[in-house]
Amino acid sequence: MTAHVFPFSAIVGQEDMKRAMVLAAIDPSIGGVLAMGDRGTGKSTAVRALAGLLPPIRAVAGCPVASPRPGDCPEWAEIADTRVVSRPTPVVDLPLGASEDRVTGALDIERALTRGEKAFEPGLLARANRGFLYVDEVNLLEDHIVDLLLDVAQSGENVVEREGLSIRHPARFVLVGSGNPEEGELRPQLLDRFGLMVDIASPGDVETRVEVVKRRDAFERAPAAFVRDWAPEDRALRKRIVAARKALKSVEAGDAALRDCAELCIALGADGLRGELTLLRAARALAALEGAPAVDRSHIREVAPMALQHRLRRDPMDEAGSAARIARLIERVFGPVAAAAE
Amino acid sequence: MTQDDDPSGPAEHVRRAIELFLVDPAGMGGIWLRARPGPVRDAVLGWLAPLDPRRVPAQMDDATLDGGLDLAATLTTGRVVTGQGVLAGARPLIVATAERMESGVAARIGHAVDRGGPAVVLLDEGAAEDEAPPPGLIDRIALALPLDTMSYRDLVAPDPARVAAARKRLSHIETPPDLAEALVRIAASLGVASLRAPLRAMAAARALAALDGLAAPGEAQVAQAARLVYAHRAAPLPDEAPPDEAPPPDPTEPPPPGDDAGAGDPADDRVIDGVRTAMPEDLSRALAAMARSRARPSGAGGGERRRGGTRGRPLPSRPGAAGRGRVDVLATLRAAAPMQRMRARPEGGAIVAIRPDDIRLRRYETRADRLVILCVDASGSTALARLAEAKGLAETLLATAYESRDHVAVIAFRGQMAELALPPTRSLARAKARLAGLPAGGGTPLAAGLQAALDLIEQSRRRGMTPALVLFTDGRANIALDGTADRAQAGGDAERLARIIAAHRPAGAVVDTGRRQGRDMRALAQALGLPGVSLCRAGDGAGAVADAL
Repeated sequence: MTAHVFPFSAIVGQEDMKRAMVLAAIDPSIGGVLAMGDRGTGKSTAVRALAGLLPPIRAVAGCPVASPRPGDCPEWAEIADTRVVSRPTPVVDLPLGASEDRVTGALDIERALTRGEKAFEPGLLARANRGFLYVDEVNLLEDHIVDLLLDVAQSGENVVEREGLSIRHPARFVLVGSGNPEEGELRPQLLDRFGLMVDIASPGDVETRVEVVKRRDAFERAPAAFVRDWAPEDRALRKRIVAARKALKSVEAGDAALRDCAELCIALGADGLRGELTLLRAARALAALEGAPAVDRSHIREVAPMALQHRLRRDPMDEAGSAARIARLIERVFGPVAAAAE
Repeated sequence: MTQDDDPSGPAEHVRRAIELFLVDPAGMGGIWLRARPGPVRDAVLGWLAPLDPRRVPAQMDDATLDGGLDLAATLTTGRVVTGQGVLAGARPLIVATAERMESGVAARIGHAVDRGGPAVVLLDEGAAEDEAPPPGLIDRIALALPLDTMSYRDLVAPDPARVAAARKRLSHIETPPDLAEALVRIAASLGVASLRAPLRAMAAARALAALDGLAAPGEAQVAQAARLVYAHRAAPLPDEAPPDEAPPPDPTEPPPPGDDAGAGDPADDRVIDGVRTAMPEDLSRALAAMARSRARPSGAGGGERRRGGTRGRPLPSRPGAAGRGRVDVLATLRAAAPMQRMRARPEGGAIVAIRPDDIRLRRYETRADRLVILCVDASGSTALARLAEAKGLAETLLATAYESRDHVAVIAFRGQMAELALPPTRSLARAKARLAGLPAGGGTPLAAGLQAALDLIEQSRRRGMTPALVLFTDGRANIALDGTADRAQAGGDAERLARIIAAHRPAGAVVDTGRRQGRDMRALAQALGLPGVSLCRAGDGAGAVADAL
């Protein structure tokens, strides 16, 4: 087993997926990323790589939810070590078939039976706090677990009220889901609960595929050296993300930008305001990443497909790609690309 | 038979694959063994003994997979006993009846394989052609071996000395700079989409070089690696490919001209031809069958209610043995409470004395997946216009099926026979395309259609799904089961099959596509035990069928 993480910068192609993940990492309130597409296209590699790229977080050493200060630790957690240390951004895998207990946490059976104590054993949601929660094959995940996840992802808090326990703890994480639509489609009501959605396909041209395979093979054979070779690029990207996080608050979104978002959403017939909010947040994160002082139309144009394609009121039988429909619509609302430079 | 007799024979293919696995189990990730239980399978598994594999069932709970508290042992000894999960060790896992593996277990094993955890040997008895281990797992492991074409006498055992020497050499094998490109090109020309395949093939080529005593893999090793890793991944049948893609090449046919990979150097072409032709026919047929077989995706569906111990909606707890399900701690403590005075205080400082028969297990109720079988009469008597209306209704049903996450299959019957136009799937786009493209005309082999529906009903029952049948026909059967145009016999055959289907008690409806409602139709619906719906009142037809489901 290797402790090394494949460098994010070394991922070949898949620009949409990488961009979506970076934006979600800059502003977690965007609401996570759903990546649907072929098997073996590096979805899970990208999630892990991104977390590896992000700066470490400062957290209380013994805290199960990685609280930043000893005072923030939940009271049920009997914390032995209150030193504040630096730890890597957590990435937690939620496997298919995980029981609700394992996800939310439950009564610690071991202690209940052997010592007669009522204690809480934190689950995956606790571990994912302040990091990423990755669900592969999210389309095959059982409905009640998906509902639970989306609820927690939205409220930022996990509440466990059963078996005589009454526990709550912060659970703020970037939810990343992936799946292969050939094996089953995601319930339509879940689609738009994800902030951004990207379609991914395995690269079609041989050159790109060769490059992917070569880099992966090089990484697997000599991980330390490979990671070292890519460290400068990863470092540069990390700097940009950190800077973008700082800049996020000061990036302006003027009336024109808000208007653009609204017009696009109305033209699409996207339900609810969630689409507009996500579109705006994603555009702002992109502006921050690019060092722009304000959100302009080019940012909106770029993130619109990933922010909106899964919010279309769609006919389940519609075979035309949603991303293509959005692209057509953007042309209609904003005019052709050349005019967008205004 | 020695290895030199027939270097491309099935026995040699198996021997090489096993040697490869013995040399680099982590690099290969695993083997998919399709074989009925028997001496051949036992012999091949016996060869894996040096890796000290561990045999596990396809259904494993969290504690078995990841380790955790061993409740039964903890209670009897009064001390905390934890077990190590099978995924934590380095010992390869031999998974029995892997075609029945739940997607949750598969996902966790898949992650472990990705992390370089234990290699897995998936035993697939291949009882039905459309059963296979979970696709996500197949994608992650390098090798696939169909053993049913082999006889025990032909088997050639791996050479332990060669394997041992190769294991030593493996880390020194060089990777030629063009290895990746050669293997990616071959994969592309065979329609192998996943990028995990060429990675595994690179590892295979290196291990083969180690076995052959070379410093680096050469052309022969590349060809053999491609054959071992790609043959069972060759693209699906042309009619299963998504409509916007060109049909992928059949592994047994020559490559199409102008193929992207054809532009590669001639050595690659030779290798590609080698993958296609160098294998004995029965072996390549068996591998193609493995490529076609697809496992069903799982998830909670709209079918029958089931009770079980792991998931779904909670029900009251019941007594049961620890390890058979999730323990309901409160109920267990409650059961133990009245007995505390009579029981001796356990050693080890525990406060509560719990005996194994106090254990209460949680129970849950889930819904089984439902399969909606659309059985469509595409004969000439169901006039074209009516067929279009029937298709319209079927599409409405598909939309409903999509919302309740049902699986859908389409059977069409016309002329002399019925065909499974769309095997069970959740891909609605495919179902719709298939329906739209149904040709019409010819006789009405109703009995054949019912026979096909019955086969599918039985198959889905065996897999734990709940079948529902929607039959679109005008009921005017005129082709008997044996293909003869005999109206009386055709009617008799249809009725006999209808009664057998009725015994399975599927939900569903019979949609009358005829111009007038006939007596035949009423009798048919009655024999099937399903409500009849007329297409004449098209408006409420969909509603009536949806209600019947």
